[in-house]
Amino acid sequence: MPAKLTVRDVYKIFGNAPQQALELLARGDSKEAIFEATGQTIGVQDANFSVEEGQIFVVMGLSGSGKSTLIRMLNGLIRPSSGAILIDGEDVATCSVEQLRRIRRNKIAMVFQHFALFPHRTILDNAAYGLKIKGVDAAERRRRALAALEQVGLAAWADSYPADLSGGMQQRVGLARGLATDPQILLMDEPFGALDPLIRKGMQEELLALQKTLKKTIVFITHDLNEALMLGDRIAIMKDGRFVQVGTAQDIVSNPADDYVAAFVADIDRGRVFTAENVAHRPAVVPLDDSTAGDAVKTMEDQNLNAVYVMDGNQIAGVVTYQQAAAADRESGPSDVPIQDVLITDYPTTDPETQLADLYGQASTGLPIAVTDAKNRLVGVVEPENVFAQISSDIQTASTEAAAPPAADAAPETAAADRPASEKLPAL
Amino acid sequence: MSPSDLLIIPFDDWVNALVRDWLVPNLRPLFRAMQVPITLVLNGLDDFFAFVPMLATTLVLALLAWRYAGRGTAIFTVLGLCFIDLIDLWPETMTTLAMILTAVLFCAVIGIPAGILSARSNLAWKIVRPILDIMQTIPSFVYLVPIVMLFGVGMAPGIIATIIFALPPIIRLTNLGIRNVREDLVEAAESFGSTPLQMLVEVQFPLALRTIMAGLNQTLMLALSMVVIAALIGAGGLGLVVNTGLGRLDVGGATAGGVGIVILAIILDRITQGLGEKNRVPTVSLREAIVSLFRPRGSVAPAEPGKAG
Repeated sequence: MPAKLTVRDVYKIFGNAPQQALELLARGDSKEAIFEATGQTIGVQDANFSVEEGQIFVVMGLSGSGKSTLIRMLNGLIRPSSGAILIDGEDVATCSVEQLRRIRRNKIAMVFQHFALFPHRTILDNAAYGLKIKGVDAAERRRRALAALEQVGLAAWADSYPADLSGGMQQRVGLARGLATDPQILLMDEPFGALDPLIRKGMQEELLALQKTLKKTIVFITHDLNEALMLGDRIAIMKDGRFVQVGTAQDIVSNPADDYVAAFVADIDRGRVFTAENVAHRPAVVPLDDSTAGDAVKTMEDQNLNAVYVMDGNQIAGVVTYQQAAAADRESGPSDVPIQDVLITDYPTTDPETQLADLYGQASTGLPIAVTDAKNRLVGVVEPENVFAQISSDIQTASTEAAAPPAADAAPETAAADRPASEKLPAL
Repeated sequence: MSPSDLLIIPFDDWVNALVRDWLVPNLRPLFRAMQVPITLVLNGLDDFFAFVPMLATTLVLALLAWRYAGRGTAIFTVLGLCFIDLIDLWPETMTTLAMILTAVLFCAVIGIPAGILSARSNLAWKIVRPILDIMQTIPSFVYLVPIVMLFGVGMAPGIIATIIFALPPIIRLTNLGIRNVREDLVEAAESFGSTPLQMLVEVQFPLALRTIMAGLNQTLMLALSMVVIAALIGAGGLGLVVNTGLGRLDVGGATAGGVGIVILAIILDRITQGLGEKNRVPTVSLREAIVSLFRPRGSVAPAEPGKAG
């Protein structure tokens, strides 16, 4: 299925002789050199990406990186100097004014950093603005606007004015206004940038919750990497109008493309980027029936593990540590010790999606953490030292280390080093 | 040595030739036609104000003043208008009122669209602005003569002169008001697919209204200041009273006319300023009310609407 939104070879030059600048760019001149030579400013260069339906695509960068210019080209507020922007196959970059108006009314809506609510209209009229422009009649407008306000929890304020609301509430109205026309694509230009940190976090969570039901295609601009990591299915990092790296949060944090990106990711909380899935490995297990402590010891020695899980059918019975199993086996002499005698039944478990930051407590037990799926089947095991290794590893840039997983460097003695750290784990 | 040693341009002859020999014979019908709507509106208003009894008019104006400008202005309105009646200048004042309203109406009808056009098009503004500059700096006496030549003498020509004099503020402030609407609001309106007309009606005009009303207020004041000059070319009302007093060196008569103009000016000024303000002036004590008449506008702080958490 073709992507919902495709951006192809898009350039934006500010100035009155864009062709000149494009030629110099093709030659390979830098942004500063071109400005000195021609007085033209490169806003965006060589933008190429696509967004699938239902995805949140986050564009990240510092001020002046071109991200605001880029998002405004997506709904035609700024026309690109060259390139194509395809929404469901229609090229926004070169379409007529009527076509553009139609697309803006029906397919795409925008939420702004400073809310951009009309101060002379009530909250309800603000939310209904897009509908009024489309020509929806008053009663229907009212109903749909109220529904949108309901979604953001502000239906009670329908007859108030924007001046009566706090920043967070105003932005929620902005969001309601964007949702009221039921667009397929939502453009969000640093929507939470003007809000204080606690409200910002609440809004991010609200957006994710809404997205679960609404499944809009969202292009989200921010300069806050933590926000990007939290919200983005895919993240693009921009610098000087160019895309420096595009990928998932884990890709960018594990393998920053250059020093610029590396500097960005240096300060983020890696515990919130990676999940149990990223550091788990396929578990070696021992069946409960007819196993002895000696069997467990043998398995652990073969695979170089400190502990192993014991399965009763496809449910977890418990875990056995090498120390305890080996000691019991030694003391019993020639006779076999049934595995039940050394079984630890109080073991740590987690979901695959749990962030590493939430695993510190369980990691401190010293036992490997069982990763279970929704049906409580064992899908993987997380060694405690890998949790900390993943969080604390030094950043390797693509130029210095070829794709070596960080866990391999930090914990060579565990068997986990031999297993790739980020496989998707099926149920056993 | 200066350019005038080489050449003297007969500018005055050229203007004479233009107006007398070309403009008047060729476009006289057009100019006569232009007077028709003005005369219609003027006569309508004049008859109306002559018909309505003095107390009714006073009451309506006082209520308007109370609603839009506060109790103090309302009281002043009643006292002032009664005084005008007591000095036997009521009919002339009503004539002047009709003239002013006609002039302001036509200024609004011409000026607001011109201002909107200038706001949307840099080219239009480039053309309009120097014309406004000329209109505002040229002494009004200078265009009285061509007006008489083209339109004759009487009320309508007086109003036309007033319109020319009073038009610039409304155009300038409409242009300013619309250009000054917050850019991000215009961007938001555009991003939802508004046509230029929708944007004007829904966003730009309502938000520029305050500035436009200020422009209207200024236009009104300029129109009032033209009443005496308009009387020179045949307009009636209080301007004529002042003029007559001037001609006969009748200080008392001229002063009476002048006082009438001032009272009318204050009342209309306060009401139209109040129309432009979003916050109504809260009713205060009588002492405060009289003091507020003399305080500069905008220094009364309205009550803060309750802020949400």
